[in-house]
Amino acid sequence: MKSPAFAYAKPRTLDEACGLLEAHGEESRIIAGGQSLVAMLNLRLAAPGLLVDINAIEGLGGISVQGDRLVIGALVRHREIEQSGMVAENCPLLAQAAPHIAHVAIRNSGTIGGSIALADPAAEWPACCLALDATFRLVSKKGERRVAARDFFKGLFATALRPAELVAAIEIPLLPNHRSVFLELARRRGDYAIVGLAALARPEGGRLHDVRLAYLGGGDAPILARHAMQAAEGKPPAADLSAELARDLSPLADLENRAATKLHLANVLARRALAALAA
Amino acid sequence: MTARDELPVKGSKTRTQAGYIGKAEPRANAKRLLQGRGSFIDDLRFPRLAQVVFLRSPHAHAKIRKLDFSKARTAPGVIAVVDGRAVAEYCTPWVGVLSHLKGLKSAPQFPIAIDRACWQGEAVAAVVAETRAQAEDACELIVAEYDPLPAVIDMHEALAGRHVIHPDLGDNICFNREVDFGAVEAAFAKADVVVEESYSFGRHTGVCLEGRAILADYNAAEHTLTVHHATQAPHMMQDIFSKHLNIPEANVRVICRDIGGAYGIKVHVYPDEMCTAALSIMLRRPVKFVADRMESFLSDIHAREHKVKVRLAATKAGEILAFDLDDLTAIGPYSVYPRTSGIEGNQVVNLTGGPYKHQNYRAKLNVVFTNKNVTCQYRAVGHPIAVALTEGIVDLAAQKLGMDPAEFRRRNLVPDDAYPYTGAAGMKFELLSHHQCLDKLLALMDYKALRAEQAELRKKGVYRGIGLAAMIEVTNPSPAFYGVGGARISAQDGATLRLEPTGMLTVLSSVTEQGQGTEGIFAQIAATAVGVTMDKVKVITGDTSTTPYGGGTWASRGAGIGGEAVLQAGKALRSNILDIAAAILSVDKATLDVYNNEIIDAASGASRLPLAELGRVAYFRPDTLPMKFQSELMVTRHYTPREYGFTFTNGIQASLVEIHPDTGFVKLLKHWCVEDCGTVINPMLVDEQIRGGVVQGIGGALFEECHYSEDGQLLNASMADYLVPMSGEMPDIVCGHVESPTKSSELGAKGVGEAGTAGAPGAVMNAINDALAPLNARVNSMPFTPERILDALGAANAKG
Repeated sequence: MKSPAFAYAKPRTLDEACGLLEAHGEESRIIAGGQSLVAMLNLRLAAPGLLVDINAIEGLGGISVQGDRLVIGALVRHREIEQSGMVAENCPLLAQAAPHIAHVAIRNSGTIGGSIALADPAAEWPACCLALDATFRLVSKKGERRVAARDFFKGLFATALRPAELVAAIEIPLLPNHRSVFLELARRRGDYAIVGLAALARPEGGRLHDVRLAYLGGGDAPILARHAMQAAEGKPPAADLSAELARDLSPLADLENRAATKLHLANVLARRALAALAA
Repeated sequence: MTARDELPVKGSKTRTQAGYIGKAEPRANAKRLLQGRGSFIDDLRFPRLAQVVFLRSPHAHAKIRKLDFSKARTAPGVIAVVDGRAVAEYCTPWVGVLSHLKGLKSAPQFPIAIDRACWQGEAVAAVVAETRAQAEDACELIVAEYDPLPAVIDMHEALAGRHVIHPDLGDNICFNREVDFGAVEAAFAKADVVVEESYSFGRHTGVCLEGRAILADYNAAEHTLTVHHATQAPHMMQDIFSKHLNIPEANVRVICRDIGGAYGIKVHVYPDEMCTAALSIMLRRPVKFVADRMESFLSDIHAREHKVKVRLAATKAGEILAFDLDDLTAIGPYSVYPRTSGIEGNQVVNLTGGPYKHQNYRAKLNVVFTNKNVTCQYRAVGHPIAVALTEGIVDLAAQKLGMDPAEFRRRNLVPDDAYPYTGAAGMKFELLSHHQCLDKLLALMDYKALRAEQAELRKKGVYRGIGLAAMIEVTNPSPAFYGVGGARISAQDGATLRLEPTGMLTVLSSVTEQGQGTEGIFAQIAATAVGVTMDKVKVITGDTSTTPYGGGTWASRGAGIGGEAVLQAGKALRSNILDIAAAILSVDKATLDVYNNEIIDAASGASRLPLAELGRVAYFRPDTLPMKFQSELMVTRHYTPREYGFTFTNGIQASLVEIHPDTGFVKLLKHWCVEDCGTVINPMLVDEQIRGGVVQGIGGALFEECHYSEDGQLLNASMADYLVPMSGEMPDIVCGHVESPTKSSELGAKGVGEAGTAGAPGAVMNAINDALAPLNARVNSMPFTPERILDALGAANAKG
């Protein structure tokens, strides 16, 4: 299929981009890597009047450590994160998760800002940001505001982004004493996972502290499994968190998996992740 | 003596090279395709080219109450918007039946549905515009209103017939067949062991890299129609366009350019393609249709979807006495024209139990209509079903007898010295090699060591499984496949060979190339038969105006049938070349031979005359030849297999898998295939045919399924949701060969295109069940998703 016709603008500044978004309202859509939006256009599932291409805007790229935070610009491609020594050193969870995002060709183009803004419940970055307690810098004509990842994801493709606002950067607190694991179960390498888990904890004497379990594919949004985290907190790796996960997660059935199957698999991932964190 | 030993064709006392048969020669077209210089239909640019898109029914079954084209007709770039009645003025309907499948029935099918749509995705209107995007824009402006009708989705409901899809047909049964050979009841009564199991096979489809594509160009002044078509059977399509569009056959030309995969998907008559040709006539301009990916899922033929119950009777000593089969399969609302949708089920009946020497066999088949997309012949037609259910029940019997599955097969496979042999299902086998293949496979995989390793690993909680699947495969079909049933589908093929003035060799064949390397092997055969080097040979296929008449590519027939025609034409051309050489050199023809692009003295090997010089004389200075001598440097030969209905091949596959009981995931560790396609012309291409086929078979076993909702909506019509097998999950595939050339041709080649797909699902299923056996679990519904395996293990307890 062919995309319906649309107008296209390539602003050079954030201010100009925000102005276009404000002027065109719901008719406009931001395009960065285009890995989700172009498919939706070609399937005629989206028909925006104006595409605002933000790729030429300076200041939306780059990976840096600023004080006690790793800061990743919204335009940073998945592949850059995958190959960044700075990311591997300062936030290994992201380096662990990146190879699971689709295929190399897609990772070369898709951006972390786009993944956060789209908020696909099966995407890797939103779950990682929950586990890492990241903060998003959002900008609009009205200025900049900072929203915690844990307040950002609202439901199926729903976020705290306001109209005419865009994600500018992701700030991730450095956790030098934590260990991380990223696991997912996908039928084929590169597919959206049936269920996946971004896990962090500080191991100490065979026990796990500050346990964080963030699931993708566990519901209509990325989910921090608070009951399971609480149950695992301060203890040796748990063998079975199924009761807690049943309270935390509400997976949606798909063509090949019932909700109960996904819950079962989420529990398997928790067991594997906790064991790996303590090892 | 095999064909390989006899080739190249030798004069007496000749010293020549061994020829190219059996050599892993690279194919000439691979480099061109890799460099992006392929020419596919969507690459063609024509003046006044229009593009057609189709409005497709959103309902599985609905009366079309209203179609309002007024807005669409005035949209930018629109040339025409038409409904089924308008197109029917230019194209007559068809009915997909064959008289030798007795009682097979179907309803008339039109290019565009008239009054009623019978599956979600059936075209109900067509929009022709200057560009595809404009046509899609306009398509959205069509106002279509429907009155939904009861949709028959479940095949058991179809059989029960509460709602009949085509009331004129009386019921939903397209075709049924029952066979009863030997004394099945008595065999089961005296059996020590009876095993029974039901299997279900998901509906899936062949996913071609290039979607279906057609560009029809009608010339009103000449009343000619030139169709650039991604089809496997250009002459069949020429006949069909001629008949249904009412244009004399000689005025219809079908040209196949590069084709990006076909697998049987592109050998059928599709309503949207017939409509495109009709629109070209209606509008008197070239019109193109290229199916996009969603349309491909909704309208390319689907395949499989069987529910089968099978029983096996055996003695305590491990002798199989009988098979008893009950197959139910659903084909969508129409039997596909002209091959029909009864063939797959019919093949299951013909092939079940095929490798074994039991004498009692009973089978029942019901082929029913449903309101889903149509199904028809896709790579290995019926074989994956027959092999999997046969090999599944054979393994179950071995398990019950406490016998090693390889040993159980050895006791029951038809002996290698029993041929010619007629199997219990009535199939006639010229020469098979089941035992040689089994022995070679077990050695290749080191079966004993794998069994030992498997036992060791089980103690450590690692669940590995080994699965075997013996198979027979229908190849080189004679007219018994379609022709005897009244279909105008050629079982014979032809080859024309022409020596050019410079000594180059041009080969024209009626067999087509879709990426499988047909042109490469024809070049090998032609070069060998004539006595030239490979670089001198140019092969042309896929044009009804220039190539000999023939069937094209299907049922693993290209090498065995088309290749034999090339060989015979090559031998005749070589003889003609020697006639000319004898005239030029004034020597006895018998003293000469053709070798390495030269005429040589047969006895000494001394060079006498380059072929380029012979060509110069024959074409430009024939005045120097004897007065009565006329050179003939273009020769055509045809070949039809006739002695046997089909030239059966055989083989056996093995799969090694590891199951993760907590997730239900299957890891494919390794796969082996030993098969016998007679003379191997190009071992590299044969191995890649096997490997590609195995991967498609694994797709059916583990990944691929067209999911339909209860109301007949296809739920996964995209590459994100329909899981084709990808390289990351595929195991290494080890190939081995036994060569038992068919004596029905001089070349001795049998087909190899479908063996991989035929056997892989059964091998994988048996491997999974072997791994699950110590956990007392078993699966029998393909594809084997993690959830199905977890369900078998009772691990994912709650039903959502």
